[in-house]
Amino acid sequence: MATDIKLFDSKEENSWCPGCGNFGILNALKKSLSELDLLPHEVMIISGIGQAAKTPHFVNTNGFNGLHGRALPPALGAKIANKDLKVIVTSGDGDTYGEGGNHTLHNIRRNLDITHLVHNNQIYGLTKGQASPTTAEGQVTSMQFDGVRFEAFNPLSFAITIGASFVARCFSADQGHLSHIIKEGIKHKGYALIDILQPCVTFNKVNTYKWYKDRAYYLDDSYDPSNKMIAYEKSLEWGDDGIPLGILYKEEKPTFIDRIPHLKDTKPLIKRKWKPTDAEKFLEEFR
Amino acid sequence: MKYNLLVGGSAGQGMDTFTALLEKIFMKKGYYVFSNKDYMSRVRGGHNFIQLRFGTEEVTTFHPRLDVIIAFDEATVKLHEKRLRDNGVILCDDNIEVKHKNVIALPMMKIAKEIGKSKVYSTVAMGAVLKLFGMSLDKAEEVFHEKWDSEIKGYNLKAATKGYEMVEARFDIEEGAENDNILISGNQAIAFGALTGGVSFYSGYPMTPSTSVMTYLSKRQREANIVVIQAEDEIAAINMAIGSSFAGVRSMTGTSGGGLSLMTEALGLVDITETPLVVLNVQRPGPATGLPTRTEQSDLSFVLNASHGEIPRMVLAVRNAKDAFYQTIRALNLADKYQMLVIILNDQYLADAKQSIAEYNLNEIEINRYIATEDDINIKDYKRYELNENGISPRVIPGSIKGVTVLGDSHEHDEYGGIDESPEIRKNMMRKRMNKLEKLRQELIEPDYFGVDEPEILLLGWGSTYGSLKESVELMQSDGLSVGALVFGDIYPLPTKLLNKYSRYAKNIINIEQNFTGQLGKLIRQETGITAHKSLLKYDGRQISCEEIYNKVKEEVM
Ligand SMILES: Cc1ncc(C[n+]2csc(CCOP(=O)(O)OP(=O)(O)O)c2C)c(N)n1
Ligand code: SF4
Repeated sequence: MATDIKLFDSKEENSWCPGCGNFGILNALKKSLSELDLLPHEVMIISGIGQAAKTPHFVNTNGFNGLHGRALPPALGAKIANKDLKVIVTSGDGDTYGEGGNHTLHNIRRNLDITHLVHNNQIYGLTKGQASPTTAEGQVTSMQFDGVRFEAFNPLSFAITIGASFVARCFSADQGHLSHIIKEGIKHKGYALIDILQPCVTFNKVNTYKWYKDRAYYLDDSYDPSNKMIAYEKSLEWGDDGIPLGILYKEEKPTFIDRIPHLKDTKPLIKRKWKPTDAEKFLEEFR
Repeated sequence: MKYNLLVGGSAGQGMDTFTALLEKIFMKKGYYVFSNKDYMSRVRGGHNFIQLRFGTEEVTTFHPRLDVIIAFDEATVKLHEKRLRDNGVILCDDNIEVKHKNVIALPMMKIAKEIGKSKVYSTVAMGAVLKLFGMSLDKAEEVFHEKWDSEIKGYNLKAATKGYEMVEARFDIEEGAENDNILISGNQAIAFGALTGGVSFYSGYPMTPSTSVMTYLSKRQREANIVVIQAEDEIAAINMAIGSSFAGVRSMTGTSGGGLSLMTEALGLVDITETPLVVLNVQRPGPATGLPTRTEQSDLSFVLNASHGEIPRMVLAVRNAKDAFYQTIRALNLADKYQMLVIILNDQYLADAKQSIAEYNLNEIEINRYIATEDDINIKDYKRYELNENGISPRVIPGSIKGVTVLGDSHEHDEYGGIDESPEIRKNMMRKRMNKLEKLRQELIEPDYFGVDEPEILLLGWGSTYGSLKESVELMQSDGLSVGALVFGDIYPLPTKLLNKYSRYAKNIINIEQNFTGQLGKLIRQETGITAHKSLLKYDGRQISCEEIYNKVKEEVM
């Protein structure tokens, strides 16, 4: 069963550059939502600011396009408010690992039940080509004229180390694989980080479609994503050593909401019944 | 008739418990009480004190003159003996060296050791205090009974009785009257207001003196079925609250100045996404770390302007524990009504000060959410940011109506929430948002006024100075001065009716604020052209007393 994918088409004009990797992600996302038999009003897509972060405008679901770096906090708020919503965060590598790094760190620890798509183009797209946390050391950019002066951030190793319960890497050019992983991420109970290699055809002339294609390979059935140490080793593979695609690590553990006993097995918070006189019993201690 | 007590010592000596018990006893005796804390930003040692005032009429502020000093260390005596009235009493342990004619030194430690429980030494002083005021020990027994098991209660009762027997009654006070009063601090009143007013989600990050609001709510999460999140920082705290409010739950966040500085960008996000939100700022003296545990009213100018760009916002300050409760609920309703930001200002003094007031009437409280349903919108063509005649766009809760999706956006946007840079849209959306202030003006609450009908001297203040202003006006009136005071709760938009009315008569307008730059004075000048002739500005981190106001005003006008 699947819902009509056209339901997810948005009327808003798209503003991405032709050929941008974001299109692949957008199409795969819609495909996943329809294949999961979801309806637009059941989903909320939340983002920060950047090119990737415009995604909520280009899919017809509930959306919240907030501040640069601040996609995760409203996602937490929305999920706590209405746990029935499928909450998906779409943001850039700068948004997620740079400006919003602290929120990424702590929401991984919370194991908030959301799916986090990071459109990782290894560059700041919207602001025209400065280095992002994932830009390679030495790469010359529109701001780093002598090349980036520090090591690139490795999001997968980071996420595995601090306890993420679902860590995957995909490539925007393979929509079939990507939509499959997005579905797995949405089905996963807990925080799912999907770092998606996304060519920025305008500003990143190093990490092109070809560059990724030449290096990426798929983890096959013999790979065991439940082994954390192996997953960690895999997460270190990068560049000319090959870039593994697929679910690197996955484990079942209580989500943030599972740890809020009065929310776990009850109705969503939004259905909470309360009238002012219910506060009567809390007046007692002031008497 | 009101009496003033001071309990002093170093952190960790149990002064909080001592005062809390004494307050309860006075309450049960039918007296009104008011207590405020003065503490240092450290967990142990230093010098801290609590002032406790009680009497047969409502008490709205502390008083600098003291009738009894209960000193748990020498520093307490040294620092405060100047403030003791001639017939006042200093109660202390007999191993403290004090040279003062009014000292009553009791063998508190020795008695406690004899009883076999060294912790009860302060209860000896409690018994003595009750005797000084000619009160019986019956209510003390009741309070001990509520607090402790029978063994601990027994020790304490013995200690109190010993202290009771060792002193003579000294002060006259009428019997208190039966009443339904509650004893509550400013922050508790805000937190209880939030709870009563239907806040279901609160996110914050610990920062004195705002933390107690979050603690209060956190402790009652399960029983009240609400969620309280300690965020990773204040930026997260406010953005979480925005997300939950957008998703349809009544939400609130709170912090103190430094945290609000971090929240600033998101204040604008509240506005442009038209997400209802109440943000509490419990002020302390800044800038940067400033004086973490002390008081000031220096964030007014900041909250009036915080956020880049231009946004509608409401700013209100709470003035006492009654106000704090009702205004918090009103703030929540207004935020929902106008889909906008409401900032509540409190400060350390009022946050921690406890006062007895008439019990809140929960039956008169309303929760109004103004949520759009299927009947209010065109399901086929829902526009979250619709430009319509009433100026408020219909707010649908995401997920609540099949076939309807809601898009919130931090860019300037069209009626659907789509990114739009056209000049027409920009103008219309700006007008729609800023016009909320005009609507809000229709329902502002004028400041409290006390004084004569045509005052020659008009005092202006806001928020926590309410009590001191009120009492100082009473003092000046009994001296025959033609005086009045306006104390603002709603600050922005500025209510101007009473201001215009009373300023007409005044030859002397004096703004009285706990800051360096006279921030309310500035706002009033900016909004109305009315200029205070003089200012009484206090920025030493300590709350202004009625006496300071009284002396200063007399000095200025005599
Ligand atoms: C507080 C703040 N700082 C800076 C910016 C400017 N800014 C917008 S997007 C962006 C970086 C975008 O890079 P990334 O998140 O990787 O997304 P991309 O555009 O590449 O998809 C920056 C620096 C901003 N909007 N807000
Ligand atoms: S700048 Fe780069 S990331 Fe942005 S739309 Fe163009 S190609 Fe895509």
